[in-house]
Amino acid sequence: MPQPEVSRIAIKGSEDIVRVRAAVREAAVQMGFSNVDQVRLVTAASELARNIHLYASGGLVELRRVHAGGRSGLRVDFEDAGPGIVDLELAMTDGYTTSRGMGKGLPGSRRLVDDFDIKSEVGKGTLVTIIKWLL
Amino acid sequence: MTAFKVPILKVGDVLLVSIQADIDDRAVLELQQRVLEQIELTNARSVLIDISLLEMVDSFTGRMLSDIASMASIMDAATVVVGIQPAVAITLVELGLELKGVSTALDVDDGLRILKERMKEKRRKRTVGADEHATA
Amino acid sequence: MTSENNTSQAAINPLTIKVLTEREDEILEIWMENRVNSSDFRETLISGEELRADSQSFLRAFITAIANSNVEEMRGKEFNAIRRLLLEISEARAAQAFSPSETAFYVFSLKESLLPFLRDAFRDDPETLLEELNKLSKALDKLGSFIFVTTIKNRERVIRQQQQDMLELSTPVVQIWDRIICLPLIGTLDSRRTQLMMERLLERIVKTRAEVAILDITGVPTVDTQVANYLIKTVTAVRLLGSTCIITGVGPSIAQTIVHLGIDLSGIITRNQLSDGIRQAFEMTRQRVVPINAPPDGEPSAEKGDTDDRVQSTYSESW
Repeated sequence: MPQPEVSRIAIKGSEDIVRVRAAVREAAVQMGFSNVDQVRLVTAASELARNIHLYASGGLVELRRVHAGGRSGLRVDFEDAGPGIVDLELAMTDGYTTSRGMGKGLPGSRRLVDDFDIKSEVGKGTLVTIIKWLL
Repeated sequence: MTAFKVPILKVGDVLLVSIQADIDDRAVLELQQRVLEQIELTNARSVLIDISLLEMVDSFTGRMLSDIASMASIMDAATVVVGIQPAVAITLVELGLELKGVSTALDVDDGLRILKERMKEKRRKRTVGADEHATA
Repeated sequence: MTSENNTSQAAINPLTIKVLTEREDEILEIWMENRVNSSDFRETLISGEELRADSQSFLRAFITAIANSNVEEMRGKEFNAIRRLLLEISEARAAQAFSPSETAFYVFSLKESLLPFLRDAFRDDPETLLEELNKLSKALDKLGSFIFVTTIKNRERVIRQQQQDMLELSTPVVQIWDRIICLPLIGTLDSRRTQLMMERLLERIVKTRAEVAILDITGVPTVDTQVANYLIKTVTAVRLLGSTCIITGVGPSIAQTIVHLGIDLSGIITRNQLSDGIRQAFEMTRQRVVPINAPPDGEPSAEKGDTDDRVQSTYSESW
């Protein structure tokens, strides 16, 4: 099997969020996702990339194709070495907001994708992994 | 990133804002600032934001639209957002963003019509209020 | 024959390749004989010529592949070519009403046909015979199960297409009048159906510039919390576009269910009769229906009891 290609985008400034959106859109289009699913992916990616920018002031986004059970999917990882999330459960409930009334967008992003995983350690950082499968 | 300015046109009493491409966070905040400045400069009574070419609206952009509507309203200008794409509408609902306080319309025609009706309603209310004052 | 390293152990013995290549025609004959004489051969579904032609292609491709690529990993253009060929054969057989098991079994059946030839070639070396048989057997096993995987994929694709077609047929969006469309929902609403329904509805709203979309749920058997949430979601999305959604066909049992479940429908316009929804839609779009002989003071006659028989109406009870 050829090695899975991984696209990497470093998040340093807010303009990198746009780069993430463009990369996710291109990957989604190439993989043949429906129009609505493309928008879902790009929107979720935008939310999660912005989290890195806002709360961790820097991090890494990785895109890769994945395969399981005969299906193909797009997986995007959002990794930062930021402060971490103190109360993960709270952050994953609707209506949770922090600065300026803008929530971390986590529960919303989760609704837009199929698989959603979050690992966070206070003082170490956060890793959010999302996967959307092609029907 | 090239410095790409979102076009803002004055058409009659209406400020027409046409967001034609994916813009980054900085440009979003800049736009907000410019719209308010233009409302003041041109004495616009209405703002019409056309996002029919926007293929994505996330919480940041959504927040910007809500904020523009609130801030414009404080400056006595009504706001209508037109052209939300179906896929964007579905995603907004799934995200849980309701865009509170933002009036929406299908396209520029409908948007202008709604703004005109709102203006008429505003004037009518003010006339009534003035009459009441006069008779008091 | 022993080998020094692992990779050459995975490769086919050169003698095997020699035998299979030289005696390919004989192998084909034996294979065909075995197939035709087997208890499960269904001669009414496929002609002997077609079977032979396919088998010859497959056998040749198989021998080429094992001669040129690693038989364990089964990568590279020769094995890809076999898989493509198997895909074609599999589709053709499916169209001829063979089950995927039968097609897979057909692939497996090559094994026993190879046996006499290999036995002959390695008659002095039973250990290598066993190794070679094992390698070939595994390769054919994998190719056989490939048939199952692709059949399932194909079937899923067909089902999806049929579901899509059924959905299109069962949820036609009707343009009632200028700027008013109606979507009658029929049947149970599951997440996938609702998804597609919502997308279609929203696209049609934009395309037809509909100010009002009427969702008629008379044909929806049960409304539980989930269905109610789907409806609320749809109404919210329609509102975001700048249009209004009216839900009609809300009968006594649905009304009871909604209240009992504590579902909040505030802000959503609901009507019992479709015709009431249409009347409301006309009002909201600043249109009205009047008889041809309208009285001079312009009184709208879309009231009950109007007897002017030049006004044709399909909603006789309610207009």
